[in-house]
Amino acid sequence: MSQRPLRVAIIDDNHIRATILMDGLREAGITDITVLEETPGLLKRIVDIDPDVVIIDLENPSRDVLEQMFQVSRLVSRPVAMFVDQSETGMIEAAVDAGVSAYVVDGLKKERVKPIVDMAVSRFNAFSRLHRELHEARTELSGRKVIDRAKGILMRQRAMSEEEAYATLRRAAMNENRKIAEIAESLVTAARLLGE
Amino acid sequence: MMSQASPSRGDASDSRTVVCAGFIPLTDCAPLVVAAHKGFAADEGLTLELHRETSWATIRDRVVFGHFDVAQMLAPMPLARSLGIGHIKVPMIAPCALSQGGNAITVSADLWQRMEGAGARLGAAPGTNGAALAAVIKARDRSEPLVFAMVYPFSGHNYELRYWLAAAGIHPDRDVRLIVVPPPMMGAALAAGQIDGFCVGEPWSSLAVDEGSGRIAATKADIWRQSPEKVLGCRRDWADANADTLAALIRALHAAARWADDPGNRDALCALLAHPDHLNVPAGVIGRALTGRLIAAPGTEPLEIPDFLAFHRHAASFPWRSHALWIYSQMVRWGQVPFSAEGMRAAADTYRPDLYRAALAGTGAVIPNASAKVEGALTRAEPVAAGDKTLTLGPDGFFDERIFDPAEVEAYIASFAIHTEPLDGDAVRPADPSGIR
Repeated sequence: MSQRPLRVAIIDDNHIRATILMDGLREAGITDITVLEETPGLLKRIVDIDPDVVIIDLENPSRDVLEQMFQVSRLVSRPVAMFVDQSETGMIEAAVDAGVSAYVVDGLKKERVKPIVDMAVSRFNAFSRLHRELHEARTELSGRKVIDRAKGILMRQRAMSEEEAYATLRRAAMNENRKIAEIAESLVTAARLLGE
Repeated sequence: MMSQASPSRGDASDSRTVVCAGFIPLTDCAPLVVAAHKGFAADEGLTLELHRETSWATIRDRVVFGHFDVAQMLAPMPLARSLGIGHIKVPMIAPCALSQGGNAITVSADLWQRMEGAGARLGAAPGTNGAALAAVIKARDRSEPLVFAMVYPFSGHNYELRYWLAAAGIHPDRDVRLIVVPPPMMGAALAAGQIDGFCVGEPWSSLAVDEGSGRIAATKADIWRQSPEKVLGCRRDWADANADTLAALIRALHAAARWADDPGNRDALCALLAHPDHLNVPAGVIGRALTGRLIAAPGTEPLEIPDFLAFHRHAASFPWRSHALWIYSQMVRWGQVPFSAEGMRAAADTYRPDLYRAALAGTGAVIPNASAKVEGALTRAEPVAAGDKTLTLGPDGFFDERIFDPAEVEAYIASFAIHTEPLDGDAVRPADPSGIR
C-alpha cells in the first residue's frame, strides 16, 4: 500500500463527540475525514467513500453492517479487516473500554493505524470524562436546590434561622450516614406528601 | 494482553453473586429477562444485571474483554470466536441454549406480489414460496440483483436464509445480494426500497407487516423445525473460574424458560418484554411470536405455525452438539472457514451439554441421555431416553427432507451443489459495489 493520505470515516450520532474526534485527527495531520449519519443507506455511503479506516461508537447498531464488510464480504472491492493479529488485542481492548471501535482496510500497516486508534480512544475517554463531570455538576446543582428547599420548609414550619435549618440537616445526615442532599430530598418529599 | 477472567463480583449489600449479562432487544431474550425479573436468578442466589446492547459486535466485544460475564448470543457466535474467524480467537462456550426458532423471512409488498404471480401463497411450504422466488429472479432482466438483509454473518438468520434460497436453486452469493441491516432498521429499509427482503428475529417481521411494508414469506420453524437460534455464551476461562455461578445461572435460565413457555404466563411475559427497558414495542405484537400465530400480510387471518418459537418444550434449552456441528457445516459451505478435522472438533466442543447436565442434575429436569442426534430424522413426535423420565422430541425436519448426521459432516457438506469457496487473502473479489442501494 502506498503512503497516500489516509481517508477516515467517522460514524457517530453524537455530533459533539464526532467533532472532538475530527479536530484531533486534523491536528494529527489527517485531512480526509467524513462524518456519517446512521441511515439505512450507510453501506452505500461507505462503499462510495471507500475509507481506509472507519471509526464507530460502540453503541451504534451499524457496527454489524461493518462486521459483514470486514468478514471477507463480497460487497466491497477492498476487504476490511480489523485487527486479525492476536498481538493487537491490547489496542482493541483499549478501544472497547473507551466505547469506540475501528475497522481498518486490509493491508494497512499497524504503525499507520495505531495513532488514529489511539487518538479515537483518548478523545472518546475525554468526552466521557466531560460527560461525567457535566452530569455530576448537574446533580450537584439539583442537590443544592433541594437543600435550599428543605431549609425553607424547616424555616417556615419550625421557625428556624437559615443556619439552624442547615445545621439540622447536617446533623441528620451525620446521624444516618447519608448525604445532606438525600436528607433534604426525603424532607421535601415528606412535606409534599403532608400537603406542604 | 487480555484481562484474566476474574471471579464474579460479590455485592456488598447482600450475599448474592452478581452476573453481568448482555442482551439484544428481541422477543427471544425472554429467558434472561424472566430470570432477572421473575425471581429465578434470585432463587439461585444470583443478581442478574442485564445490559441492553444494539449490535452483536458489541455483545461479542464486551464478553471478550470482560465487561459482561455472559450474554445472549446468536448460536454461531461462540463457534466463530473459538475458531477465530473474523476477529480475535477467544475460546467461548455455549453451556445452555436460550431459544429455538423465532425468525422469519419477510419480503416487500412488491416482491410478494410478483412471487404470488409465480405461485407463492401466504403460509405455503418454504419449498413452494422458494420456487416462486426463483421464478421471479429468473424472469428478471439482467438489472441489479434483489437485495436481502440479515442481521450478522455468524447467525442462524444468515444460514437459514441461504439454506432456503439455495434449496430453490438460488445462489445466495451470485443470484442475489446479501447485506447486513440492524433489526430495528429492517422495516424502514424495506419501505424505502433499499432491500427487497430480510431474515430477522421477532418482533421485527410482525412490525414490518403492521407498517404495511412487509409480507412474511417463510419462517425459521418451517425451514428447519426445532432449530437452534440463541444461546447463552461466555468465555471458556470465565466458565472455568466461575463454575458454581454458571451452574446456578443455567438452573435459573432453565426455570425461566419453563415459565416463559407456559401459556398461562403469556400476558405477563408480553408486558415484561414490552417494557421500555427491554423491547419497548407494543405487547400485542410481541404476543404473535409467543403464540405462533403470525399475521403474514396486513388484514389477513393469522397463520398457525407450530413451534414458531420455543424456550423450554422438547428440550429447547439443551445445547445439542449436533446443532454446533450443523452450524459448522454451514460456515464451511458458505466459505467462512475451510474444513478441517481440528476446526470441526473445536466447533463441537463449543457446545457444552456436560455443563448443562451437571448443573441440572438432581433438579428433576428432563434431560436427554444423548448429546447429539441425527437432525431432521424425526417426522413425528417421538419419546427418547432421558434418565428415568420420558422426553418427547420432534418433529424436527428440514423442509427439503435432508438429514444431517453429525457423524457424517464432511459428506453432508459435499452433498450441496450450491456452495461458496472460501476467499483467500489474494483472491480477486467479484465485487460490484455500484449496485448497492
